[in-house]
Amino acid sequence: MTVLVVAEHDRGHLPEATLEALTSARSIAGGLGVPVHAAVMGEGADLTFAKLGEYGAEAIHHLTSENLGDYSPEAWGQALAGAVASASPSVVMASGTDRGNELMAQLAARADLPFVANCVDVAPDVTSMTRSQWGGALHEEASLAADVKLISMAPHTVESSPAAAAGAVSEMAVDVDASLTRTAIKDRVVLSEGITLSTAPVVVSGGRAVGSEEAFAPLEELAAELGGKVGCSRAVTNNGWRPHSDQVGQTGTRIAPTIYIASGISGATQHWVGAMGSKNILAINTDPEANMVTKANWAVLGDLHEVIPAITEEVRKRKG
Amino acid sequence: MRILCLVKRVPAPGARINITEDEQYVDDKNLGHAISPHEECGVEAAVQLIEAHGGEATVMSMGGADSEEQLRAAVSVGMAKMVLVPTDGSPKDPQETAAALTQAINDLEAAEGAFDLVIFGNESADQGGFQVGIRVAHALGRPMVNGIKGLSLEDAPEGHIIARREVDAGFEVYELPMPACVGVKEGINLPRYPTMKGRLASKKAELGTMEAAAEAGGQSQVRLKSPPEKVSETVILGNGPEAAPAVVDVLEELGVL
Repeated sequence: MTVLVVAEHDRGHLPEATLEALTSARSIAGGLGVPVHAAVMGEGADLTFAKLGEYGAEAIHHLTSENLGDYSPEAWGQALAGAVASASPSVVMASGTDRGNELMAQLAARADLPFVANCVDVAPDVTSMTRSQWGGALHEEASLAADVKLISMAPHTVESSPAAAAGAVSEMAVDVDASLTRTAIKDRVVLSEGITLSTAPVVVSGGRAVGSEEAFAPLEELAAELGGKVGCSRAVTNNGWRPHSDQVGQTGTRIAPTIYIASGISGATQHWVGAMGSKNILAINTDPEANMVTKANWAVLGDLHEVIPAITEEVRKRKG
Repeated sequence: MRILCLVKRVPAPGARINITEDEQYVDDKNLGHAISPHEECGVEAAVQLIEAHGGEATVMSMGGADSEEQLRAAVSVGMAKMVLVPTDGSPKDPQETAAALTQAINDLEAAEGAFDLVIFGNESADQGGFQVGIRVAHALGRPMVNGIKGLSLEDAPEGHIIARREVDAGFEVYELPMPACVGVKEGINLPRYPTMKGRLASKKAELGTMEAAAEAGGQSQVRLKSPPEKVSETVILGNGPEAAPAVVDVLEELGVL
């Protein structure tokens, strides 16, 4: 009996989400009195071994097949189904990222098991849990009846922390149909190097009140001074002022910056669930009753068109 | 090409979410309803593919009788046909939903011919199970990639479709042999508004029905509850541009400067 963590990675790069999943897995495994194992596969899997051990994997199952290479939801999903059949874990879990949920769903479909996505709290016996609906704006108490319990944890539910374990690596040969490489990544298009909206330490966002595409220039300037990124609300992308990849929200990006500077954003539920992972929030708004203002740590009451340039100027002054 | 879009009726996103007294439903008596946002973009993606390459698109929804409103909305922006897979309207678990939809799609294809592409939303706005499309695709034996924010037949080998998935630094590119399934995300396009002609067509369109039922799966909803509110004592740093020094003090304190 084990808690098996699906180690999501991209060509050997382990995202923070996988470390969060290992951290959550340790407390679930502790409750069940079983060890944490990890399953990892594909191109660059060997680059992840050390860190998986560092974050608590007693054993690391390196799944191997000639048909496992770069990420393929179907091939990786079938490999996981094979691993679950031979390792018989009591719980299999991942972080509720795009890939994490996709792999768990692929596994669930193949193993004909239920899968509870985006849990925020899990009972010690893993037969009941609280999970996110509406991107986290609503919670559902769910029950789970299954021999092997498949769950994912909502991102940012816990902060990752290391806890070194043996991390003993063993190879596990699995059957993967050659045909399933049909969903392997064929190519990658890199649009931005360096920090991204989801990893930026500072996000400067604007809402409908910004008023136009051009009026985002001062936000760009402030974000650049702070080494951050510009985000926006759904109203902004619906108006075509910013690309959808800049949207913070339930249907956009979940952010977790050190500080989120939300200007001219009322803070509707759809936006809030994308921003609630922020460690600190500063709201700039003319309306002291706006949701974003009441939920913020700090607020400036005023017109963002005047406040943002003033902040940029002050930052520049102090930088000398 | 022939395309099938799956859509779900949900309370219009964005509003404050209240729960009914029995703690089983979102209280929607004061809310409008919409097609779940990712799926609304799926409908638009299908319409654009049909406009560019010819063919016909069908929209399918599993839900209570009131889902007809969302089916007609999809027809008003370019779906040729609509099919309801009727339920009693209560929330179904992902295994049950997927099994019923698989049966309905199989029956529809047997009657009207196979689809080259089945478009799901990445996840529903309300229950957000992140799995129904993947389960259906697996049951149909078709390739499936979720999280798609670009679809194109141009530059794809014969019989394939190119699907792009947004990741942190750019896009992953997939090349799926058809028949294929995809789960799309908002941002793949900006859905159009219906034209007057589209509205008229949607009023006249005939509602098809596919009966399908399946056993409940292993996940059950016990009750809904509001998440703990983030309570924050908001410190007002000032009014207007004069607050800038106080803001920058905060930025320095946090070490982001």
